[in-house]
Amino acid sequence: MNRTEESFLLEPERYEFRAMPMHQFALGRRDFFKIFGAGLAVFAVAKNVSAMQETAPGPHGFHPEELAKEIGAWLHIGEDGTVTGFAGKAEIGQNVRTSLAQTIADELGVAFASVRMVLADTALTPFDAGTFGSRTTPTMTPQLRKVAAAARDLLVEKAAKQWNVAAEKLVAGDGKVSDPASGKSLRYAELAREDFGGQKPPAEDPVKPAAQWTIAGKPVAKVDAREFVTGGHHYTTDLRPEGMLYGKILRPPSFGATLIAYDDSAAKALKDVVLVRDGDFVGAAAPTVAAVEAALALLDVKWNEVPQISDQEIYSYLKKNAQPSKEARFRQAKGSVEEGLTAAAHKLDASYTVAYIAHAPLEPRAAVAQWTDGKLTVWMGTQRPFAVRDDLADIFHVPEKNVRVIVPDTGSAYGGKHTSDAGLEAARLARAAGGRPVKLVWTREEEFTWAYFRPAGVIDVNSGIAADGKLTAWEFHNYHSGMSGIETPYAVTNQITEYHQVPLVLRSGSYRGLAATANHFARETHMDSLANASSMDPLEFRLKNLADPRMRAVLETGAKAFGWPRQKNADGQGFGVAAGYEKGSYVATFAEIFVDRKKNSVALKKLVEVFECGAIVNPDGLRHQVVGAMIQGLGGALFESIQFEKGRISNAHFSSYRVPRFKDVPEIEAILLDRKDIPSAGAGETPIMAIAPAIGNAFYDATKVRLTKLPLQPELHLLG
Amino acid sequence: MATSLELEINGRKYSVNYPPDTPLLYVLRDELGLTGTKYGCGEGMCGACTVLLAGTARRSCQIPVSAAISKPITTIEGLEKNGALHPVQQAFLDAGAFQCAYCTSGMIMSSVSLLQSNAHPSAEQIVQSLQGNICRCGTHPRILEAVQRAAEKMQGASK
Repeated sequence: MNRTEESFLLEPERYEFRAMPMHQFALGRRDFFKIFGAGLAVFAVAKNVSAMQETAPGPHGFHPEELAKEIGAWLHIGEDGTVTGFAGKAEIGQNVRTSLAQTIADELGVAFASVRMVLADTALTPFDAGTFGSRTTPTMTPQLRKVAAAARDLLVEKAAKQWNVAAEKLVAGDGKVSDPASGKSLRYAELAREDFGGQKPPAEDPVKPAAQWTIAGKPVAKVDAREFVTGGHHYTTDLRPEGMLYGKILRPPSFGATLIAYDDSAAKALKDVVLVRDGDFVGAAAPTVAAVEAALALLDVKWNEVPQISDQEIYSYLKKNAQPSKEARFRQAKGSVEEGLTAAAHKLDASYTVAYIAHAPLEPRAAVAQWTDGKLTVWMGTQRPFAVRDDLADIFHVPEKNVRVIVPDTGSAYGGKHTSDAGLEAARLARAAGGRPVKLVWTREEEFTWAYFRPAGVIDVNSGIAADGKLTAWEFHNYHSGMSGIETPYAVTNQITEYHQVPLVLRSGSYRGLAATANHFARETHMDSLANASSMDPLEFRLKNLADPRMRAVLETGAKAFGWPRQKNADGQGFGVAAGYEKGSYVATFAEIFVDRKKNSVALKKLVEVFECGAIVNPDGLRHQVVGAMIQGLGGALFESIQFEKGRISNAHFSSYRVPRFKDVPEIEAILLDRKDIPSAGAGETPIMAIAPAIGNAFYDATKVRLTKLPLQPELHLLG
Repeated sequence: MATSLELEINGRKYSVNYPPDTPLLYVLRDELGLTGTKYGCGEGMCGACTVLLAGTARRSCQIPVSAAISKPITTIEGLEKNGALHPVQQAFLDAGAFQCAYCTSGMIMSSVSLLQSNAHPSAEQIVQSLQGNICRCGTHPRILEAVQRAAEKMQGASK
């Protein structure tokens, strides 16, 4: 492994931490001279500046290529009237294949069924930094609207020229341009036949305001839905190209272990087995899974293991190893916290911790790789196909144009499929397989061990409030977990907010919502304690310190739906609230819990969540995202926690790493506020943030026991 | 050692040559191309690989292929009849009961098994029978709704 210092520190506020590839291969110069590259059938690969801005310069830097201005790069209208949209975003279950097609159909004025999306194929779609940070809706949706609007205007201009009438007299819609005066019309397909691709769209196109949407804004069902109930859809793991071999990697016994002895003489004797050893990388490929497993079992290897930190000491380690802040942005301060504390009627100093958790996407990391005449094609479930292409090009010393990454619609990711690992591994094995494709599917244990985690963290909060319940001081320190959602939405004159970097212990990266969940857990739990200290209702206390009308709106709507403040009708009942805002969207969550002290049991009865992300593009898809985030959030809130010792994950199985199942799901009410006057924001992340503090606060309401550690469940026995 | 084995899957006979302890899942996916049945954990903990063995939901990653001979096997590919979806498939489609949909085959197979043995399951019984199937996207409420819808449809059809 050849990692730079940069890769050991978590990038704090950017949408995504960039994990370095796990492997660096020592390919000789001769290898890449062998590569001869007539161009791939590249159709309009282009770069888009708005997508590029999402990513800070990584090891590869920015791509200085020209911006895509050709309509053909983003949109194609076929002679049969089929409209094809092109976007570098990946479909990972969040339904962008549907919402992006809706957007094009809506703006262009064609039937939804006539639009098809080509997504996440580095040879076919415009450059895209990645599918993350809840960015598809706020950046790709307007981009495709502008393209569709420009295409529509061009079609109108063409018809106007043909009929010799003024363009503004014509109407576009229903897949045709019509002249109401003469009654003439021409279908888009006919108009688009000649000389369409090379035209440039005007820089600023008017696009339809949300109030005028006809296809967007409606609950359109998932594209290709039938394929998913018949088993017909092919995920990466399902691909079986002709002549394919099955690959497998021999993993080190622990993190950081290096290979000190390697003997493959017994394995070499097997027929049809490809063996690869490249530095610390050891793997094999064979025609069946059984054969490749047999080959790896015959390898005689020795590893040198190195001491590693365990979960028992992780929080004290994070505090002790915090680095001095290198960058000004890590620390925000205004007023004087000291004075604010002096003026306070109540003060509260508390510490919160958040465990490492895993994404555990049901489709494990997987890739199929094939080398043909020095060109590499990789099929892979990734959120960052272009970054994977760049890693592959770098590591195998081939030009980017000779690498193609294709993302089949993927069995979920949640921020976990950013790195190129499975693709690099499959490509390295395929490189030794003489042109035969190699498929590599990580086992569940590999998933839980060799992917990356949502980082653990410690958060210290010191605060003060005046006798009337107004915040007078707020000091917030996050160690390691990250800066997303770190800034308080509450009005307070004296405050310090600081992020402390700590060198990585476990390989860590993005996860749905990033650190916003940790920061909201600490902040909203703390706010609840402050409300209690001032003997105020927790909702009233929040509203008293809150100016933002959108955040007030989600809280007030939720209070009405939940019936806050509620009277307890049984001993052991508890109600909690938490709220927040991040990435342009707002959330308020209300929880009802029931604690039976005699049985020492806790039941989550109900969750009500209000979510607002501007104008809703697809209410059905949005409801999926919100309810999905709420349920997924139960895991990190209640029981998910990665345990580790001696460089090994102790619970790398679904039997020991508990994820939410049917019995864990309470009654759920999700309320979506549609603000047609506000540009659409993304929705993949924010709805997860307030689940944990709402539940923890409800538990306090029921028991007067304050929970300060995520996951909450190991602490629940305290009540006994 | 690879052994010749006869399997009956979705009403068709197959002859495969595999070590008898190979999990049925690998034979279905790798040998026969029936990839609708998914690998999720290989430990019988997630339900993505669920098939019907003699009419009962089983985790195909936990069944040695030798234990599946002379018993009819149904996979997700075998539910559709003459171009018409099984009522459970149709109910999942109508309820939009999937997001990434990687768990969907297993959810549908478990639900088909439940409704074959219990035509009128209560909500608790549905939850109980799907407890072994993991959905990471959090689609649980819609899956329950789909199974309830399917139960109603199937009762209506059998009346």
